[in-house]
Formats: sequence, C-alpha cells, structure tokens
Amino acid sequence: MSKEIEVKTPMSGVFYRKPAPDQACFVEVGDIVKKKQTLALLETMKMFQKVKAPAAGKIVKVAAENEQALGDGALMFVLEAEE
Amino acid sequence: MFKKILIANRGEIAVRVIRACQEMEIHAIAVFSEADALSLHVTLADESHCIGAPPSAKSYLVIDNIIEVAKSSGAEAIHPGYGFLAESAEFARAVEAAGLVFIGPSALTIEQAGDKINAKRLMRQAGIPLIPSSEGGVADLKEAASIADKIGYPVMIKATGGGGGRGIRVCSDRAMLAEEFMIAKAEAKAACGNDEVYIEKCVVDPRHIEFQILGDHTGKIIHLGERECSVQRRFQKLIEEAPSPALDDTMRSQMGEMAIKAAKAVNYTNAGTVEFLLDQAGNFYFIEINSRIQVEHPVTEMVTGVDLVKQQIQIANGTALDFDYESLSIRGWAIECRINAENPDFNFMPCPGTIEHYRAPAGFGVRFETQLYQGYSLPIYYDSMIGKLIAFDLTREGAIKIMRRALNEICIDPLKSTISLHARIMEDTDFINGDIHTGYIKKFVPDEDEDEDDDD
Repeated sequence: MSKEIEVKTPMSGVFYRKPAPDQACFVEVGDIVKKKQTLALLETMKMFQKVKAPAAGKIVKVAAENEQALGDGALMFVLEAEE
Repeated sequence: MFKKILIANRGEIAVRVIRACQEMEIHAIAVFSEADALSLHVTLADESHCIGAPPSAKSYLVIDNIIEVAKSSGAEAIHPGYGFLAESAEFARAVEAAGLVFIGPSALTIEQAGDKINAKRLMRQAGIPLIPSSEGGVADLKEAASIADKIGYPVMIKATGGGGGRGIRVCSDRAMLAEEFMIAKAEAKAACGNDEVYIEKCVVDPRHIEFQILGDHTGKIIHLGERECSVQRRFQKLIEEAPSPALDDTMRSQMGEMAIKAAKAVNYTNAGTVEFLLDQAGNFYFIEINSRIQVEHPVTEMVTGVDLVKQQIQIANGTALDFDYESLSIRGWAIECRINAENPDFNFMPCPGTIEHYRAPAGFGVRFETQLYQGYSLPIYYDSMIGKLIAFDLTREGAIKIMRRALNEICIDPLKSTISLHARIMEDTDFINGDIHTGYIKKFVPDEDEDEDDDD
C-alpha cells in the first residue's frame, strides 16, 4: 500500500501555484515529483518560501486555489508517496 | 494651510501622519484595503475609504483608485508615507495632474535620485565623494596596479558587466592583485561573457551614516544632523540612533555640508535623506538619496525637537524654512529599535497572528510608533514591521537603559518578534561602546545561508 501524505502550510500566507502569473503551474494532479521538488510558493508578509515535496511520489490532490489566502496548517496538496 | 490631506499608506506611518494632520487641524483621510478595515489608521482617521482587494498591487499601489478617492473626498494634498508609492515619480506626476499637491519632492527629483547610476554621475559632477574607483574598465594589470596604488588597498576587482557578485575579488596588496587579476577576468568572462573588469576601493566594515535634509520651494536646503544606521541585516536597518557615536562636530559639519550639496544637485524639496558610508579612517562616500520620509525619522525628531512630518506638510503648502541646523537646540540621544513580526530564532520567518495580550511600553523617554492594539490581527499581505520603539535620554548610556526597560515592558503575545534580539543587542559590549559597523549583526546571526535551497 502506498501512503498518502498531506502537505500543509507551516504558517498563514498567500498560496501561489505558479512562479509568475504568466507561467505554468509548478505541478498538476497526476505529476510525479521528487523529494524537495518545489510544489508552490507561500507569501507571508512580503516573504516568499517554497513549498517542497516532503517525499517522492505522485500529486493526487491540489487542495487550494492559486492566490488563495490560507491559514496556518491549511491543506495544500495530497501526495501519494512512492514505496 | 491645507484643510484635507489623504494619506496613501497603512500601518504605523499612516498613523504617524494622521496624528500630525490632526494636531495641525487638518482633516485626515485614510485609505485602506479590504484586509485593513479594522486597522488602526482607519480607526483614527477623520474619514476613510476602501481602495481595493488585500494584495498591495490591487489597493495601495493602484494610483487611479487613490487619486479618485482624493478628488471625490475633497483632499488638497496626498502624503505617500514610505514604501508603496512614496518614490514613484509616476504617482507624483499623477497627483499633480489631478490638481493636487504631492507631499514630497518633485517627480523629476524622485527620478534623479532613484536612478542610482545617473545619481552617482550627478554627484561626481557636484564634487560629492564617491567610493574611489577606476573611471571605467582597466586594460591590463599595470593600469589596475597604478589605480590601486592611487586609491589605496584593499581594493576590489569587479566585473564591468555585473554578474551578481561573480568575479568580485578582494585584494589586500599589490602581490595579491597581480595574482587575482587574470582569475577575476576569467570569472567575469564566464559569468557575463565580458572579461572587462574595474577597480574599486574596498570599504572595510563601514558605518552607515545618513543625514536628514529639508528643502523648501525658495531653494533653501538645510540638514538636521545625522543618524547612525549600521545595525542592519540583509540591508534592512534594525537599529538607528541620533547622533552617531562616530562623529565629532568637525566631521558632522563636513558631512552635513556634503549632504546639502548632494540635495542641491537634484534640486531637492521637502524631506529626504542623503546616505553615506563612513570608513574607519574617517573617509565618507555617497551611497544614495532617499526621496521620502524614512522609517527612522523619529530619532532625528527626538534630538532636534522638529516634527518632520509637520515640516513636510508645511513645505508642501509653500511655507519657507525659517531655521537651520545651527539655530536648532540639539540635545540628548535617541535610539530606535524596529519591531518586526519575525522570529529571530527561526531564520527571521514572518509571524502573523492575533495579539491576545497587548501591553504598550511607556514612561519617561519612551515613544512607541505602532499600529498594534489588543486583539489586532496582522494581515498576511504587508510588511512585517509592526512598530518602532524609540528611547530618548540626555546621554547614550541613559537611552540604552531606557530602551532595555521598555523592551522588557512590551507584550505582544503570542507573536514572535525581533524584541528578543534587540534586548540582547542592548546588553552587548560592542553596541554599548558604540563599536558597530554594517556587518555587526553577524555577531548575533552567524553565517546566515543566503541560499534557502540548501535547507532541509
């Protein structure tokens, strides 16, 4: 059985799925990602941090909208970890 | 005098300007984003208007929305604060085009001060000392060595084509220059495809010293003394003070003269700041002009007794300056600590949240400029600076003691902030002795990793 991992915000912030408004999303549902691959950006008080994959696996859910304001501990992605 | 002023900003600086307006019996109009409806500047203003969605790009930076509110509410002038549109020549022009007064320098001055390369050219023409360097690229080692002899070691070899720090070599003597010159050229070539390099004096552990200036519409420009802002992290100032422990009266008057000359070179009006680097041998070099009221203006206010925001409004209204530095009765020492909602124990990550237990510092010699109050929730969209704590006493030692006491008194639980870092600095022997430079903070934040990709 593969394990599902929830990727949650470490603090409140604005969620960005793209590196810039005119560019493609970092990841889409179904994408295979490596451990530490950037999945999204989170902007809090003008500081940006990268949201990274906690493990290698497949993105099975994107739980937030681009540019959505998220609270502390909000769900961003669900990842199906590789065996 | 103006009857109504619109303040195109938020946070502590909006509160600061609103207070100045109200003391001058001017109707203060606030603007706010949807995230700021409960912010202190909205509560304190005489009138307030929503100008858009929470992200700055959809509210505080939308020139048309701000001008529309100014016109419909009958404002005669706009104060931009600092940040946001404060140094936007486009905004200054739009305000004027709408028949309103921009409380700040002219659009042309903002442009001249904002273009760093052009500003340096203007300053060179005006005879302001710049960091000594070769005129342009140097052809060979012989030319490099002759320039290095002239400006004095240590020098830096830098790539003319830039390259984000690549190709910069620090050389402490002629032998090292000879050794590094070809390597620097090769690095420059690899980094930006151009092997041209130039020589610039390396200023070792400098102090950041800046002069407050005011200019009126008659062309009169004065300075109001210096601020020492050497305690910084990643080019962000953390602690500022006035006066500087490093200047005597002779240096102060020399640097003050140069600051006035620099301001005259761009026909400066209203409040501004001329920034210098000061090396350990007492040489000083122009860095830039900031064409706005600065965050750290209160320390100058405390030692001069001049309300700089009121001066800005009066100058914008056409009032001529009727004083200068020599006529001020300057006394005492003021220190400002910037309180940021950042966790100094965790890589200065921001720390938004709601203030559950608020206690403001008070008492003799304490001034606290802030937008905070009990129950306030910090929006996630804006800068993490949430207050400026200013301590004033007749001596520097006295001001440090007041600062320690006041830092201990503030409570903004459960938010994490730079208060704990400031408390440590106020106990540090080097700080107490005034022995600080722009790299001083490394003592408290050792070996910060610039590349966040390497974290785990």
